[in-house]
Amino acid sequence: MATADAADFLDALTRRLGPDRVLTGAAPMAAYESDALTAFRARPRAVVLVDSAEEVVDVVRLCAAANVPFLARGSGTSLSGGSLPVHDGVVIAMNRLNRILEVDPVRRTAVVEPGVVNLAVSDAAAPYGLYYSPDPSSQSVCTIGGNLAFNSGGAHCLKYGMTSNHVLGLEVVLPDGEVIEIGGDSLEGVGPDLVGLFVGSEGLFGIATRITLRLLPKPETYFTLLAAYDSLAAAGEAVAAVVASGLLPGAMEIMDNLAIEAAEAAVGAGYPLDAEGLLIVELEGEKQQVAAESALLLEVVRRSKPYLEHIASDPDDRMRIWKGRKSAFSAVGRLSPDYIVQDGVVPRSRLGEALTKIQRLGEEHGIRVANVFHAGDGNLHPLILFDGRVEGELERAEELAGEILRLCIDLGGSITGEHGVGMEKRQYLGEMFGEADLDAMRRIRLAIDPAELANRGKMFPDAEAPALLSHGPHPLEAAGVISRE
Amino acid sequence: MTAVDHRPASAAEVVEAVGGAERIVPRGGGTKPALWSVDGADVLDVSALGGITEYLPSEYTVTALAGTLLAEVEARLAAEGQYLPFDPLLVAAGSTVGGAVAAGANGPGRLRYGGLRDFLLAVTFVDGRGEIVRGGAKVVKNAAGFDLPKLMVGSLGRLGVLTECTFKVFPHPESCATLRVAGMALDEAIEAAGRVGAGAVEIECLDLVHGLAGWDLEIRIGGRSFALDARLKRAADLLDTDVITLSGDADASLWRTRREFGWASPDASVLKLPLTPATAGALEQVLAGLDASHVARAYSAGIQQAFVAWPAERVADLPALDRALTGAKLTALALRAPANAANQPILGYRTGGELLCRVEQALDPAGRFGRL
Repeated sequence: MATADAADFLDALTRRLGPDRVLTGAAPMAAYESDALTAFRARPRAVVLVDSAEEVVDVVRLCAAANVPFLARGSGTSLSGGSLPVHDGVVIAMNRLNRILEVDPVRRTAVVEPGVVNLAVSDAAAPYGLYYSPDPSSQSVCTIGGNLAFNSGGAHCLKYGMTSNHVLGLEVVLPDGEVIEIGGDSLEGVGPDLVGLFVGSEGLFGIATRITLRLLPKPETYFTLLAAYDSLAAAGEAVAAVVASGLLPGAMEIMDNLAIEAAEAAVGAGYPLDAEGLLIVELEGEKQQVAAESALLLEVVRRSKPYLEHIASDPDDRMRIWKGRKSAFSAVGRLSPDYIVQDGVVPRSRLGEALTKIQRLGEEHGIRVANVFHAGDGNLHPLILFDGRVEGELERAEELAGEILRLCIDLGGSITGEHGVGMEKRQYLGEMFGEADLDAMRRIRLAIDPAELANRGKMFPDAEAPALLSHGPHPLEAAGVISRE
Repeated sequence: MTAVDHRPASAAEVVEAVGGAERIVPRGGGTKPALWSVDGADVLDVSALGGITEYLPSEYTVTALAGTLLAEVEARLAAEGQYLPFDPLLVAAGSTVGGAVAAGANGPGRLRYGGLRDFLLAVTFVDGRGEIVRGGAKVVKNAAGFDLPKLMVGSLGRLGVLTECTFKVFPHPESCATLRVAGMALDEAIEAAGRVGAGAVEIECLDLVHGLAGWDLEIRIGGRSFALDARLKRAADLLDTDVITLSGDADASLWRTRREFGWASPDASVLKLPLTPATAGALEQVLAGLDASHVARAYSAGIQQAFVAWPAERVADLPALDRALTGAKLTALALRAPANAANQPILGYRTGGELLCRVEQALDPAGRFGRL
């Protein structure tokens, strides 16, 4: 864009939003240059703070008219770099669009703006005995809009699914500024599931401005069991036994020794520090049913010979157990100056094999790996610990992260269970899918956004913008466009 | 009935058939003629593409070729104590895996854990350019790439010909039983349904069926046998009226019949309408306005959908129904309807047209499958 046009564009944004809500320059934009994939930052052309859906539409239309790429950003908690600014593009900060427009206890739906924080939905639904089910570890800060773009998951996705399973209807601004409605209030639909296509599209199809969510009745009771094992494999076998028993727990989580150590140091959840594998299984639902199920669960878990078991005695105890688990990601920061949170999926029955191989890969690279995973659905979260100040450690850590993803593909799984592809995993999408599969996705993207303005450069293994995890500096890095902290 | 023009036995043969046709529509078991009988289009019968290709009970996943009978899939799962929680329709009638996905319709049991969209993990399909495309992954959790499996749910054969599908499955409840309250007024039944739904008891199915003496409310509860009686009593207490309990075979056969539309006349067009307890009244008004308050119908899956049996002798009034539904912001899919009963399988109010157009353009630029 010529300098004069660029000035005109900024003028137009400022006329629409006022000078206070159009940020330019290094200092005001600093907070927006990176997300939770902290190794990278990029400077946008401007950050705009929008207050209404109409403003989102107008900003998108201005961007489309001036051919300027844009992306929507919630709280910037993306672990895959999904909200890393597009160089010279506009960041549309959605946090002020945080109104809960309606909670309908009869329909069991909530209509929200995209900047609403995940946990705020459950808080608003609580007076009606309802809650919003997907629970990413960052649920006290991450927004519904971001959850939607990346089809976020959480510990409690085994029974009731991820974000996609809880979004009923959307108002969307397409990348050319056209506003459409898809889906509705009902759990059912007619015709191709466009809401399903939009959720998890990583911001490449435009921006959702109004979201109808499904709420669930709050479980009447929980039964939360903590079991400690002297090997990780034994904890894995216990999960297989629970699955084989016909029980359907709300969550089944495993942490390894390093993760236990970190979580314990951070929040004092009461985890046994000497355990090699710690299993958390939670049943949820109505009292009589949970009582009947918990008897069976105890029987099954005891057969797997944990050396210690603990049943949450009350809601506080339960919260303490979950606090340890949910703080695990940030807690490893105590063990290591830098770390990468990896996210991959393997078939549940190959969890043991995957963990052994990850362990070996870590040893080969001389890098420590802590493991936290949603064992019930085979979703691994290896935490790769490194020290960025040590020459070559970041590269070795990234290489290891890549090898773990390849391992997931080889075992018949996925390169991401809930964090999305974003910036981080673009080169691996082409290893998981064939050329025809990617081509179909590209054609859909181009049909919806021919100029590739919406979150440009994300998800696709683009020839012009190779992935970050390759060896040596990223081409954009070499060009001085993005930089590492 | 339209003759079958192609009967491929492999994905490669599907590619060949699609590439050689000007207009083509896939057909599975043939149980939903309104979806595949399109004037001037070749019929591509996928029933030769049959068989369960992978079933891993410990993974909760099953993969089958698109022409596989749902009855076959359900039998295999049942042997391991598992099931398809979305509760497919027209299973005994001969529905196939591909037909179920393309129709995107669910039975009463979808209330408990979700619909087909929530249980479809991976698909392979041949798009309108004759390319074999895979989407999703054969594991229960995945967020890589666009969610093409969901896009294919309800695609009615207009975005591609499905060749293989992978579903998530769940363990079947140990036992189930059903509470029935007969002869209620609709308002009263909806109110009672809301009361039970808002209670703590977790419900497998909740349907209202238009019977001889008003509406019958049927509520199915499933889980551990040991706790079932106590839970049934808890739900019955909320109903606060005369309740009949069906268990064992009576319970099983009730719901089996229900998803075959046993209550609808065989020559009626069965329409599916997404709605909510709050919009059921709008449908009732539409029907009354067309002097059709007597037609057989059911509100299903916690009143999240209605099935309406539109009588054969009133086929000529389908355009009027289409207009009335549009006015009431209701949408319908001609699910089990005779060939050409409706010009278009979708009736009534539509949304997302602009987005759908772009997707159709991407996957089927020449319009071989026709436009929705």
